[in-house]
Amino acid sequence: MTNIPPHDLESASQGPRLAIDVRGLTRRFGAFVAVDDLSFSVEQGEIFGFLGANGAGKSTTIRMLCGLLKPTSGTALVGGIDVSRDPEGVKRAIGYMSQKFSLYEALTVDQNIEFFGGIYGLAGARFAERRKFVLEMAGLHGREDTLTRDLPGGWRQRLALGCAILHEPRIVFLDEPTGGVDPLSRRRFWDLIGDLSHRGVTVLVTTHYLDEAEHCHRIAIIQAGKLAALGTATELKQVFSSRPILEIHASQPVQAMSILDNNPNVEKTSLFGTSVHAVLKSASLDPSVLAQALRAEGIEVSSIGAVTPSLEDVFLDVVERVGAA
Amino acid sequence: MRKTLAVASKELRQILRDRRSLLILLFVPAFFLLLYGYALNFDIRNVTLAVQDKDRSTKSRELVSSFVNSGYFSLVGYVDSPAELDRLVDLGRVRTILSIPADFERDLSVRKPVVVQVIIDGDNANTASTVSGYARTLIGEYSSAQMKVLMTVPGSRLPVPVVTVEPRIWYNPQLRSTLFLVPGLIAYISMITAVVSTALSVVREKERGTMEQVRMAPLSPLPYIIGKTMPYFVISFVSAILVILSAMLLFELPMRGSWLLLCIAIGLFLIGAQAQGLLISTIAETQQVAFQVALLSSLLPTMILSGFIFPITSMPIVVQWITHVVPARYFLVALRSIVLKGADITAFWQELVALAIFASVALGLASLRLWREWA
Repeated sequence: MTNIPPHDLESASQGPRLAIDVRGLTRRFGAFVAVDDLSFSVEQGEIFGFLGANGAGKSTTIRMLCGLLKPTSGTALVGGIDVSRDPEGVKRAIGYMSQKFSLYEALTVDQNIEFFGGIYGLAGARFAERRKFVLEMAGLHGREDTLTRDLPGGWRQRLALGCAILHEPRIVFLDEPTGGVDPLSRRRFWDLIGDLSHRGVTVLVTTHYLDEAEHCHRIAIIQAGKLAALGTATELKQVFSSRPILEIHASQPVQAMSILDNNPNVEKTSLFGTSVHAVLKSASLDPSVLAQALRAEGIEVSSIGAVTPSLEDVFLDVVERVGAA
Repeated sequence: MRKTLAVASKELRQILRDRRSLLILLFVPAFFLLLYGYALNFDIRNVTLAVQDKDRSTKSRELVSSFVNSGYFSLVGYVDSPAELDRLVDLGRVRTILSIPADFERDLSVRKPVVVQVIIDGDNANTASTVSGYARTLIGEYSSAQMKVLMTVPGSRLPVPVVTVEPRIWYNPQLRSTLFLVPGLIAYISMITAVVSTALSVVREKERGTMEQVRMAPLSPLPYIIGKTMPYFVISFVSAILVILSAMLLFELPMRGSWLLLCIAIGLFLIGAQAQGLLISTIAETQQVAFQVALLSSLLPTMILSGFIFPITSMPIVVQWITHVVPARYFLVALRSIVLKGADITAFWQELVALAIFASVALGLASLRLWREWA
């Protein structure tokens, strides 16, 4: 979709293999432990999804990785730079974009690019080249003089990403970058993230849209400041390998759930739109047994069958398990 | 340096985009000067006067006309009955009554001491004491004029030599209170504009979330703060000069000293004021809070503790100490010295140094605050 400048590919092979290396990272606020002994690493060029409920410690972790917040203990190397020792060095090495698409709305597209180029110290030919690249990437040619506040959400989002990668960082942090944007723009945005990754840029992204997380190479789920699960989407779904998930369309879903919860074969249930997902305790159970049990209670069952677990199933499962422990 | 300029040009573009705020920053201060300048006037003219002349002689008419010709009093009329006098004062028709006793002329001619009565409506203590001062002066002048006349009468003994004071007021010979007040107003208005404009600038970025984005950049607080302040400095400076020019045009404020020194004094004063605004901005979380704190912290001290209206030397000693951290205090001395007295820098260099210290400390605190928050 965009032309890849050759030197971008070269720069990807330089530097440490691990883009982010976190060991025992901990942050306390008084007695409250926001991030608790977190360890993980992200490879160069990887798209790394960072999931967790609000207040799980995602933002605190990102702030530490970006050099904004000092860890209480543990180490974090970002682009090979220790975030506690050289936060300014980290800032030079990374790009950051938040859910607010923090642009200056009263300025034009070009003036925003100029400002962010300026505070990252870009000038002259390099700036001209990067400006051209960003306009092209974000599809904003011909819109240079449009006021940012007049841009539709999706365009603003791409401009915000462009401003975050003006200085060609090798690591980019995206904090809920797709909030409030239409599905088409979201799709286009994930294509851009894919492009970045192809060019060797590491992307750490947080999102509440679990369908989006499927685009990530690997996913970490964090709960109560601790790492609750880590792996590829397929790996994470393995938690359901011995516990099939049934999707049930029934006339009274809420009542159906309470009936199923009392069934000895069912581990737990959750509501997915108008359907009910039931996690079974063993793979050998025949779904029709459950259908009969429901019908015996006077509930009409229009369909029942096994489904592949989604990341949402995984997320809920992990969060509940850690919460119960 | 390049980063500072990037921040400055961004800020300037934002200001220019917001035409209405720009016009407010530039011209409202001059407009305020106009309002305050006409309203705040401690001089008293055309005080209404009623006369009860029980003598109806040439001498008594002379005394009355000396009152009327002074320009301070305007004669409402002659009254005879005490009841009528009471009524006029109660109704507020007259503020002053001059009562001349019968036999005024005859007593004067035989050198018998005469007492005239001046009654003043005391509902406004300030006005009353000023009017009483005018009346004393006029009667004193009249009395010494009478003495001179009597001395020329043949055969009269020479009167005992009297020591008289010949007051001479420098720089403002007519003692016009506007000349004293306008420099204070200039300080007052410039202070408020400067503090409020920068107080809003950093909080606005906090509120809109752009601050978070800027923090992610390798940009330290000092270039950020300086870059953000530069455009406001230029605007406040232009606005202050406009205020001073309007004061010269409308209130006959003189300019007896050097423009260069004036610009230096204004510059130092404004940098301090803007640094104070920035400090507020780094602490406040919302524009509303920042605006209120900025207004209070600039308006009240400048009005009360700077010597603008109340002389510092007559304040309790503790309050006098506090006035040392009010930048307008130093600016006022410098401003009055330059425009009213035409003094050179030796007269107020300490004040300029004090302004520079205030500016550096406030700017330092603001960067420190921001640095703490960013680090």
